[in-house]
Amino acid sequence: MELGAPLDRVEGWDKVAGRARYSGEQRVAGVCHAVAVQAEIAHGEVLAVDATAARAVPGVIDVLAYGDAPALADTSDFELAVLQSPRVAYRGQIVAAVVAETLEIARHAQRLVRVTYDELGHDVELTPDHPGLYRPEKISPDDPPDTGEGEETPAEVSVDVTYETPAFHNNPMEPHATLAVWEGDHLTLYDSTQGAAAQRDALAALLGMPAERVRVVAHHVGGGFGSKGVPPRPNSVLAALCARRVGRPVKLAVTRQQMFSITGYRTPTFQRMRIGASKDGRIADIEHHVIEQTSTAREFAEQSGVVTRMMYAARARRTTHRLARLDVPVNSWMRAPGECPGMYALESAMDELAEACGIDPVELRIRNEPERDPDSGNPFSSRRLVECLRLGAERFGWSSRPEPGTRREGRHLVGMGVAAATYPAAARPAQALARVADDGSFTVSIAAADIGTGARTALTQIAADALGVPVARVRVEIGDSALPYGPLAGGSMGNASWGWAVLRACEGLRDGIARYGGAEPGLECRADTSGEIKNQEAYARHSFGAQFAEVRVDVDSGEIRVPRMLGVFAAGRVMNARLARSQFVGGMVMGLGMALTEESRMDREFGDYLNHDLAQYHVPVNADVLGIDAIWLDDPDPHANPLGGKGIGEIGIVGAAAAIGNAVHNATGHRFRRLPISPPSVIPHLP
Amino acid sequence: MRVNFTVNGVEQTADDVWEGESLLYVLRERVGLPGSKNACEQGECGSCTVYLDGTPVCACLVAAGQAEGREVRTVEGLADGERLDPIQEAFVECGAVQCGFCTPGLLVQAHDLIERVPEPSDPEIREALAGNLCRCTGYEKILDAVRLAAARKAEAGR
Ligand code: FES
Ligand code: FES
Repeated sequence: MELGAPLDRVEGWDKVAGRARYSGEQRVAGVCHAVAVQAEIAHGEVLAVDATAARAVPGVIDVLAYGDAPALADTSDFELAVLQSPRVAYRGQIVAAVVAETLEIARHAQRLVRVTYDELGHDVELTPDHPGLYRPEKISPDDPPDTGEGEETPAEVSVDVTYETPAFHNNPMEPHATLAVWEGDHLTLYDSTQGAAAQRDALAALLGMPAERVRVVAHHVGGGFGSKGVPPRPNSVLAALCARRVGRPVKLAVTRQQMFSITGYRTPTFQRMRIGASKDGRIADIEHHVIEQTSTAREFAEQSGVVTRMMYAARARRTTHRLARLDVPVNSWMRAPGECPGMYALESAMDELAEACGIDPVELRIRNEPERDPDSGNPFSSRRLVECLRLGAERFGWSSRPEPGTRREGRHLVGMGVAAATYPAAARPAQALARVADDGSFTVSIAAADIGTGARTALTQIAADALGVPVARVRVEIGDSALPYGPLAGGSMGNASWGWAVLRACEGLRDGIARYGGAEPGLECRADTSGEIKNQEAYARHSFGAQFAEVRVDVDSGEIRVPRMLGVFAAGRVMNARLARSQFVGGMVMGLGMALTEESRMDREFGDYLNHDLAQYHVPVNADVLGIDAIWLDDPDPHANPLGGKGIGEIGIVGAAAAIGNAVHNATGHRFRRLPISPPSVIPHLP
Repeated sequence: MRVNFTVNGVEQTADDVWEGESLLYVLRERVGLPGSKNACEQGECGSCTVYLDGTPVCACLVAAGQAEGREVRTVEGLADGERLDPIQEAFVECGAVQCGFCTPGLLVQAHDLIERVPEPSDPEIREALAGNLCRCTGYEKILDAVRLAAARKAEAGR
């Protein structure tokens, strides 16, 4: 079956039969269980850990704490320097661990561990005028915090507004779990991670071991959305330490509640947008000023303003990022870090500008199409935003959009909104090995990760296509750091990076077979794409899309329903239509959650996230998702990479919240500038 | 304590079970059937759904002792030998599986619906799956899969 065809997910049968093994589900003899003890203060020092009562429980094997835990070789990253110092940087930080014969015993004993603290008082609340705001040296991944070019000119129309987004937690369905097994001085970690090879390198450095002595296995991962990226989370480090200490395999499963403090989340933001334009909607100058938080444990500067650097034409543009360093858990990647919150602000402001100019929001965006990337000056490898907008408008029935606050149907105010989407399309160096197996079939190996994306399936299709054989004759091995190096699943770069290496290895093998005169078992070809990637031509590479939403706002309850959503994407060549659709739709639904239901609430008094479970943190449920559709342009981009794909894991969430917010404005006539837009915030503004 | 029960038609005995242990823990850690997933451990996500004497329950909320003398059926027991149940096939065919972590619980819940209600309406499907969270798929294809499996079953029964 050729590339692009809707092949069934290759591991789908294992997953529906309950046979797929996630980390921590491997059977190993002599396994015991570890449970983390977490700090009950947000800032201070551990004075003492009294484990007497815990140790007395039959079945408890050991208790680890600062002072007696095995030492780490690298303690430069405080978040990962687990049990290496008495300092407490956030509530929920790991301050001790209990290892016991069963999980129940470990949990019981965990509650008996007495930790005393010297409490220093905490600062956990991000405010737009926080006195500690500073300019980070760089923003993620490696960009300047501030940019500015062009002279500001007096504008005929201007918009100057601030949007606010709360913290969000990734909440993949699989909580992070690790099974750590030492054999002599070799460590094997079965770990929920988005990148086995990168995780191995990070763990090896922390433990002061050569990378060859560490192996990370992650055959199946129950979602990640950034929370299982690298650097690792502290739970992986703790599992390795516990197993080292007790000399037995140790399982450590993070609970849902613990995920709210130790496995990352998206920073809250305040984003001020200033746009000056002519009456006909052409942007003269645009500014995007971002305020975010970071933890004292580790700096993470989310790149929310980068979208304003490349999205629209303007004579002058300025972006800034300022952070407050707080006594909070470490924030990190969550699906489309930067682009997702940034486009919420930019695309909401564009809607406000359209209204101020009296121009249709679709048309406004078309008028501000840049010819080249305004940031780098490079040509776009391809940029088909206008087509996405036009096609979406036609399919969605955009021309029937009412004037704001004018369409009422029974108890509902009805409105439509649009937003553009973009996400970078990069690739990282990778290696792959393709080989003829003994039975004449083909095996392709690479330390790629399938966290639910469908990577295993797409790579199988890429390999079969390159080898010119049916997919049934190809087996792709991934999810193991012992395989040829592959970068982690992140930044929507997975398939482009791994697929490129798989393509080259399979092309090479095919040539080898032709030269040899047959598919002789043992013939193989190794590929490494680092040279090719280094020599790529200078293009601005991004995916684009347009999101449309219709909302109905109940005038009595303030409840907002989204009967229709449509995403139109130009995201390069799509490798598997069925799996791609589900990625786009899944992203859009996470965007719906961001717009209407999700919010992590900081408890000022105790200093941690209060609503730390799925009963209180509301990820969308099936009743929230009504008519949803995702379509895409046939868009192979030869300048992106030889496969022409651009990555689809993240663009689906970008712009979705803005489209819904803009639709709520269209329905109600009122502008809500803080997410989530929930009934209590809506009700005061209803007729 | 000792717990005797039947899992997927096989008699099982679990020894040294703590009173507080959940059925989910016993299935995953003692019986060696990790198909049922633990994603919240407090009845909020449905990932751990199994049949207990023919009724779907959240195994994380059932104390192991409550399963004494009863029959449990998990995702591993839905297939008929090597032949998958139509609901399992429909999930793969429709693309209703991404990471697969929510899948086992959804399958048991959907299986129960199709057994009870021959041609479920959309509201009935949504209601039946109301307690199952999925963070990956956006639910669209999950609903399609249940519709497909129900239609096939109705077809076969005609
Ligand atoms: S694990 Fe039982 S309902 Fe979530
Ligand atoms: S497929 Fe990942 S949670 Fe449903």
